[in-house]
Order: sequence, then structure tokens, then C-alpha cells
Amino acid sequence: MDLMTLTAVQLSSKIKAGEIKVMDAVDAALAVIKEREKEINAFITVDETGAMHRAREVQRLIDIGELSSPLVGVPIAVKDNICTKGLKTTCASKILYDFVPTYNAEAVANLEKAGMIIIGKTNMDEFAMGNTTETSYFGVTRNPRNVGHVPGGSSGGSCAAVAANEVPCALGSDTGGSIRQPSSFCGVTGMKPTYGTVSRYGLIAYASSLDQIGPVGKDVTDCAALLQVIASYDSKDSTSVRLKDYDFMSALKNNCAGMKIGIPCEYFGERLNPEVKEKIWVVVELLRENGAKVEEFDLGMLEYVIPAYYVIASAEASSNLQRFDGVKYGYRTKDDMGVHDMYKSSRSEGFGSEVKRRIMLGSFVLSSGYYDAYYLKALRTKALIKKAFDIAFAKYDLILSPVAATTAPKLGESLSDPLQMYLGDIYTVSVNLSGLPGITIPCGIDSAKLPVGIQMIGNCFSEKTLLQAAYTYECIRNVEGKGRT
Amino acid sequence: MMAREYETVIGLEVHVELATKSKIFCGCSTEFGGAPNTHTCPVCTGMPGSLPVLNKQVVEYAMAMGFSTHCQINQNCKFDRKNYFYPDNPQNYQISQFYLPICYDGWIEIETKEGRKKIRIHEMHMEEDSGKLLHNEWEDFSLVDYNRSGVPLMEIVSEPDMRSSEEVINYLDRLRMLAQYLGVSDCKLQEGSMRVDVNLSVREKKRKIFGTRTEMKNLNSFKAIARAIAGERERQIDLLERGRQVVQETRRWDDMKEYSYAMRFKEDTKDYRYFPDPDLPSVMISDEWMESIRASLPELQPEKQARYERDFRLPTYDAAIITASKHLADLFEQTVALGGNPKKVSNWLMVETLRLLKKHGEEPEQIRFSPEHLAKLITVAEQGSVNNRIAKEVFEKMYEEDVDPEVYVKEHELTSVHDASVLKEVVKQVLENNFKVVEEYRNGKAKVFCFLVGQVMKEMQGKANPTMVGELLRKMI
Amino acid sequence: MVNKITDEIIDYVGNLAKLKISDDEKEQTRKDMQTIMDYIDILNELDTRKVEPMFYIFPVHNVFREDVITNGDDKAHMLANAPKQKDGQYQVPKTVE
Ligand SMILES: [Mg+2]
Ligand SMILES: [Zn+2]
Repeated sequence: MDLMTLTAVQLSSKIKAGEIKVMDAVDAALAVIKEREKEINAFITVDETGAMHRAREVQRLIDIGELSSPLVGVPIAVKDNICTKGLKTTCASKILYDFVPTYNAEAVANLEKAGMIIIGKTNMDEFAMGNTTETSYFGVTRNPRNVGHVPGGSSGGSCAAVAANEVPCALGSDTGGSIRQPSSFCGVTGMKPTYGTVSRYGLIAYASSLDQIGPVGKDVTDCAALLQVIASYDSKDSTSVRLKDYDFMSALKNNCAGMKIGIPCEYFGERLNPEVKEKIWVVVELLRENGAKVEEFDLGMLEYVIPAYYVIASAEASSNLQRFDGVKYGYRTKDDMGVHDMYKSSRSEGFGSEVKRRIMLGSFVLSSGYYDAYYLKALRTKALIKKAFDIAFAKYDLILSPVAATTAPKLGESLSDPLQMYLGDIYTVSVNLSGLPGITIPCGIDSAKLPVGIQMIGNCFSEKTLLQAAYTYECIRNVEGKGRT
Repeated sequence: MMAREYETVIGLEVHVELATKSKIFCGCSTEFGGAPNTHTCPVCTGMPGSLPVLNKQVVEYAMAMGFSTHCQINQNCKFDRKNYFYPDNPQNYQISQFYLPICYDGWIEIETKEGRKKIRIHEMHMEEDSGKLLHNEWEDFSLVDYNRSGVPLMEIVSEPDMRSSEEVINYLDRLRMLAQYLGVSDCKLQEGSMRVDVNLSVREKKRKIFGTRTEMKNLNSFKAIARAIAGERERQIDLLERGRQVVQETRRWDDMKEYSYAMRFKEDTKDYRYFPDPDLPSVMISDEWMESIRASLPELQPEKQARYERDFRLPTYDAAIITASKHLADLFEQTVALGGNPKKVSNWLMVETLRLLKKHGEEPEQIRFSPEHLAKLITVAEQGSVNNRIAKEVFEKMYEEDVDPEVYVKEHELTSVHDASVLKEVVKQVLENNFKVVEEYRNGKAKVFCFLVGQVMKEMQGKANPTMVGELLRKMI
Repeated sequence: MVNKITDEIIDYVGNLAKLKISDDEKEQTRKDMQTIMDYIDILNELDTRKVEPMFYIFPVHNVFREDVITNGDDKAHMLANAPKQKDGQYQVPKTVE
């Protein structure tokens, strides 16, 4: 039996049933990691001893009946911008090359409470700035479906690790599409929850008003189960929202009858690769056949989402990343003559070029004389984008769209032109700007054998509707055999 | 001789440390002192992934300050980040309020020789303090202690309405009194819980436009502030008289050398890139919340003074002086509550206490003796068991070490001798030893009577009741 | 709107952001920034005069903690990652003006 082809929920059931031990699951994960890592490089840190130690502890707790959650005993990988106590957390940057947090992110504390086993920390674009996982200080991650291609990003390591069966599930973070886009490129299921659903405490901030931690899994059930584990109200995060209902798994019902689904026309314009478009259209048709009311409509604002996003995200990032200065933690230059030279050298040597580009951009749009023209303008645009979604969700339960215009590009193709790279986020950033939940589900494979994903977007705090629709599609897909990856 | 007459124009930025138990955005202690970095956590050391959560008490203290200085309240206010790099600032941004400060457009009334005057307050805002940098002259590094990082501050920005150091000190006194009365800050300049930056410019009298101003920092006593104002005024006038320009800059006052020096922030551009902190939701202050804070405001100095005059029948002068310090006023009321006669208590505070404070260069907050001991001393003196001179002596001891006056008097055998037979014996002896003086007295030289009393007291080592001595002398001469 | 990103702007912003932009990098940095800023200018097509800037996505206010000391001495943990420390403090190059 190959344990690593099981979903997280299936694996946990076997553990709870006593068919296998937690240590077996961890062993299996470590074995696959050993086999695939040289090629994939999904991990920055693999914590073999810590994971085995923890596995024995969790097994003991299961044996005495203290742990029984849906994901108990399941090995998990955590994106390396999420703080893990005693385990190196680098943000894939030289500037944090040796940083070992002395505290856990709230989401990580929740994983531990649920009896999950952290196997290691996954690779990403440096400080989550990028959509290919090529800007990491620790080397690129390769797409397990086709190693000549990128896994997407910035949570490329998390998605690749799940796609390569190195772990059943992982945590990613999504600021402008960083869970949904690599999920699409790697053929896994990934979800960005409504802003405020998962605590940001311990998530090393890129853009505070947009960042959310979310689950990456093999299927919708795993995503729902993992979201249920990590979502919580946290008094340490002032933007955390207390939900009425955390029982996301109860939404896993195979039924989309009467569901009103909107298809934003402009998302299917000429920018979209025809093969991707075709696969997505199959999903639309399947849902329609199964009773959903599908309608095309004009959402609007699409051409403004990228500039608004990059102004806001870069502005916040420029401030958030000021704390990396060589004083309290992380990399410090050897050449420290005066304090300001020390800052400049440490930061210039410690940050990679994409991070520096965004810090420059963000510092510029906030600088004296430009705040109104750029920053406030972007925030006004954000209000208009949010309003467009409000109008849409007055009519629809759900919006369906592509995740990205193409499937995963080849390694090394994307970084040369920053603007083109930024435009790659066009279908995903408005979800972050509007605080909405979004999920990516695999819906086919293109002629180059690369996965295609579809994005479902829900209204704020309507995760359950979103999960139900995604689950329904997944059931149909598995029965029909269409769009299977 | 100066050819032209100049006017000094002064505005102040005052930082007051709020008296909360915990820091503004984390649960670390604000206690002063403590080994370096022992009051720190991921939030106040700017660790990656840490997030701020606002201390509610800070908002309520700020509102109380706002109400007592006639400010408007921004009922929807928020926090902004002030971005600049410096090692005492762990995030390299300070969380402050820039776009919507909690209080604005207020005033404080001051009173000087020239009469009463309103000093307008431009705004007051909440912000976090920075850490402390320590340097040794002989070493090429500095050390950072983040114990103060995140201690809540209120920054109070006045309009440039002051014209002399007298006005400035009066304004600061008023402000400090207010903060102490409200219990929002102890405002100790020496410990840095009140910090003053002076913005000063000069202009020829009758001119309407302000001159170029400089900002002076590092002023840690009222005396230093007065000297700095005089020094900087002189420096600026001198520049203008010589046809030179005043440069807008930040200067550091050196109180030893009585001169200010331009502070050179290398490469400092003062472009703080303010923007609203996305980690902190806005603060909505409802009418009800405002009302509840307003209703809970304590009695402030003017009302207290009036009450002292009315209820304790203190003269206006006494009431004003005692209520000028919340500490003194509290001590007064506590002592009176223990049975001290109000006028007597007031006398001890007004005369002896203030004299000793001045002598030791201390503030009323530093008073060590308890109201219980002051009340006891008054009783002891009233009952005549010690005389006035000894009572003062005991008080001085009490001021220094907070001794129990009863115990002290007993231990040092200071009780006046009331035993008439003992006294009689001494009086008899004195009269015999000074028969010439006694003669003079009998011949009508009344003045010498005091000398005789003095002699008896001397023999008694002061431990006699002077009234009793006088009576006996008269009887026995 | 800026039409031209100059070398001076790059120097100025580099200084604000405490990033050293070497002469070799400067031209590329300038060009990249120019391209992106030109693109961002599309926002000017939008009439936002009547739109309030959206600072927060949800109308959440008044998230407070009570004034209680919850942390003890955690100095060792806080200093654990410091690149240079001395006597329980973070060591930095001399900062006196
Ligand atoms: Mg300030
Ligand atoms: Zn703290």
C-alpha cells in the first residue's frame, strides 16, 4: 500500500483505525521526500528528527484517546514564511537565512493542537513576492508534473510537495494568488480563505491587508478539513474575525442544484490561452448540467486590478520589510562601518532583486508628494473593485474564472520582464483586494501534460458555499472522468 | 545695544508617558528600570510575524487628556506608520497617529505676571515609545535596550503661542498638573516620562510672519528649558543681526555648555512615508464612550482649590499652592482625614515641606513621609508634649526617613518636661546664676525676660514647655 | 503623476528604503520602475473623486486588549537570533550624532 497516494483524511482514518501508526505515515513521507527532493526542491528545511519525535508523541496521545480530529497524525509541510518555534523560518531569503523563531504562528499552534506532524518548511518566492518560486535564495522548485516547468508561486514549494506526494497536505499563504496559482500549475487543490479567517500572527508579513494563510491538499475534502484545523479567532491578530461556524467539513455535499453562478466575461478574453479556456468551459457545462444556474456577466475593473494591487502590496511591503536590518535577527553584513551603512549593506546583500524592486516601488509611492496620487488612488480603486464584487454577489452565489492565463511556464522564462510577471496575477489579485475566499480545483491537463485549474470565488465568509460547489464539481469530475488530472 | 527689538515665538511638542501597566501594543510591563530587554516580547522587539493589539486604557487616557484641555475628539481615528530607520526603533517604523489624531483644537489657560492667556493645542496623539541606545565614549558600538519600546506616549503639540520661558514653564506646569490629576502620567522630566521639544523662532516686533524655527531636544529640567530658550533666542538674534539666516534644523541642547548644537542625522531626509497601519483596525469612539469617560474625570485643580477654600477654610493662597501638586493635595486630604486640623496641616505642608523640598531639590512626588506620621506629629505638637523647635527637628527627620514621630520623640527623650518640681529646681538655679539680669528685669527691662527663658530651655536641653517656663519665671522672680 | 523616473529619484528612494543601488544596477532599476509606473498610470482613467479610499476591507473597529501584564522576562528568547549582542543588549555600530 502506498500511503502517500492517500488523501490526508484517508490517511488519518487509517491511523485512527489502528491500521497504521503515525510513525509509518511520517516514514512514508520522509521516504518520498528523500526520493523526490533532489529533483523537485520543494523544501527548504526537512525536520526528520523533530517529525519522528512528534509522531511518537502524537501516537501516544491517540492511543490514550486524547486526539481524534479528522487530520490527526497526518504529516504536513508549512510554507517557510510561517513561524515555527525552534524550526528555521527563512522566507526563502538570505536576510533570514538562519532565523529560528522562538514562537509559533497561531496557525501552526492549531496544527499541533489537531495532532498534525510538521515535516518541514517549504520553498517559496522570496518573501512571497513572485509567482514562480524562482526568486528563492534556496534555489528554484520544479513542477513535479513536468520538471522543466515552474510550480508557480509563491507557495510553489507547498503545492509541489503535495503534487509530488511528499506530504498529503500543506500550508501556503496567498497575498495575490500565491496559493491558488501554484495549486493550478501543480494540479492540486488550494484555498485562500476570507481575510481574517486564519490568524496572521506568525505569518511573516508581505502585504498585511491582503495576506492570508490557507490550505493546500489533494482534494476539496482535505482543504475543508485543514481549513477547519487552522481557522480560529485569535486575539493576537487585530484583524482576526470570529466566525459563527468553523465546521467546514459539513459543507461537503454533492449538490449544486439551484446554485447561481456568474461567469465574468472579461476574464475569458483573448489574454486567456484557448486550451485553458476550453477546460474551464467543460466545468461550467458540467455544473450547468447538474442544476446550477450559470450566467455570463460584466464584472468590470479587470484592467485596474494589477496596478492597484502592486501599489498597495508594495507600499505595505516596503514598510513591513524595514525590520530586516541586521540588528535583531537574520543576516548582517560584515562591513558595518556606521549604522546607516550597516543597514544599507545588510539589506542590499540580504534581499534579492525582486524584493528590492518592490521595496523601491512601495517606498516611492508612499514618499512625500506621491501618497495621494498613488497610494490613495489605489485604495479608491480597491473600493471600486470591492463594489463590483458586492454587486456581483448580490446576484450570484459564486463566480467561476480561470486562475491563470496559461499553464505553468518553463523555468527561467518569467523573471526577465517584471511587468509581464505582474500581469500573470491578473485573475487572482482582485480576490485579495476584496477580502474574498477563493479555491482552485484541478480541471484537466493540457497538451503539454500540464495541469489546468479553475478558480471559484465566493462572497466574504461564504466558505461553505464555495466548498460545496467545489466538492460537487470534484464528485462530478471523478464520476464522469472528465477533467481528471 | 540692540538696534531692533525681537519677539520670541515658541511652540512645544511634549511627549508624556502614559501610566498604563502594560505597553501600548503588547502585554509587556512598562515599569521603569529593570535589566535591559527583560520587558520585551516578539511584538515590541519587531520580530517577524508579530502583530500589535491596542491597549484600551491608552485610548481612555488620551480621551481624558483631550477633555481636560478642551480638545475636539476624532471619533473615528486610526494609527499610522511613521517609517524611518534607527536602531532604537525595532520595526524601523513607529506606530503613531498622523492623519487622524485622537484629539485636536484645544487649549490650556496659563497665568503669568501679564495675566491669563490661552495657549492653543494643535493636536494630541497616541504613539509608541522607542527603545534606549547606550554608548560608551571609548567604544565604537552602541547597545540597544527595548524595555521602553512600545511604552505608550501621548504627544501634545501646541500652537506657537508662547512668547517667553515664563509662559513655557507655566504651560508645562499646567500640563503636568493636569496629567497628574487625571492619573494619566506622572510626568517626571528626570526619568523621561515627560519630554519637551522646543520649537523656537524670533521675529522683529510688530512683524506678522514668523521667522525660521529650530527644534531643540534634550531638555530634562525646567531650568534647562529656560536656559535653552534664552540661549537659542540669543543665538538666533545674533545670526539675524549679523545679516545671516537661521537654518531650520534640529538642535541638541547641552545644558553644561549652555549652547545648542545642530544634530546631524546622516542622510536623514525626514520623509516618513506615513500610511495607515493595516494591522490595526480603526478606533470608533461613540458618544456613550465619550460620556462615560467625561463622567469619570476626577476633580481637577480649580475645583479642588475652590473646595479647599470652602470646606477647609484655607486662604486662597494656601489652597492654590497645595492643590498645585496632586501629590501634596492628596497628602493634605489624607492627613486631614486622620484628624489633622486643616490649617495646621496646610502650614506644615506650605512652610516646612516646601522648604525642605526646595532645599533637597525634590518634587512633591518624592515625599516619603506618610499622612499618618504627619498627623501624629501635629497631635504631639498640639498636646504640647514637644515644643515647636523640637517638632520641626522631628519633622526634618520624618522628611528624610519617614520616622514615626511618637516613637522618635520617645526614643530620643524629646518629650517636654511637665514635672513642675523638676522645672522649679532649674528655674531656681537659673535665677541664682543670673541675679544681675534678674535685677535688670525687676528694674523694668522687660526684654531680658526672653534671655532667662532661653537659659532655662538651654538647661533643659529644649525639652520644656516654653509657656510653662514663662509662667514659673514670672512667679518666682 | 511622475512622467519620468530619474536617477535622482532612484537615489532618493534607495536612501529612504536603505538599499544600496550600485551604478551598474541603477539603470535597470530606473527602467523597471519607469515601466511599472507607466503601467500604474492606467489608474488615472478612473474617476475616483467620489470614492473614499478603502483602508480596511471590513468595518471592524475597536479591537482592544485590556491593560494587563501578560509577559514575563523573555530576554533570552528575544536575543537568541541577534547577529551581535553584548550584556543582554543588541549591538549596533555607534549611533551618536
Ligand atoms: Mg511623535
Ligand atoms: Zn512586548
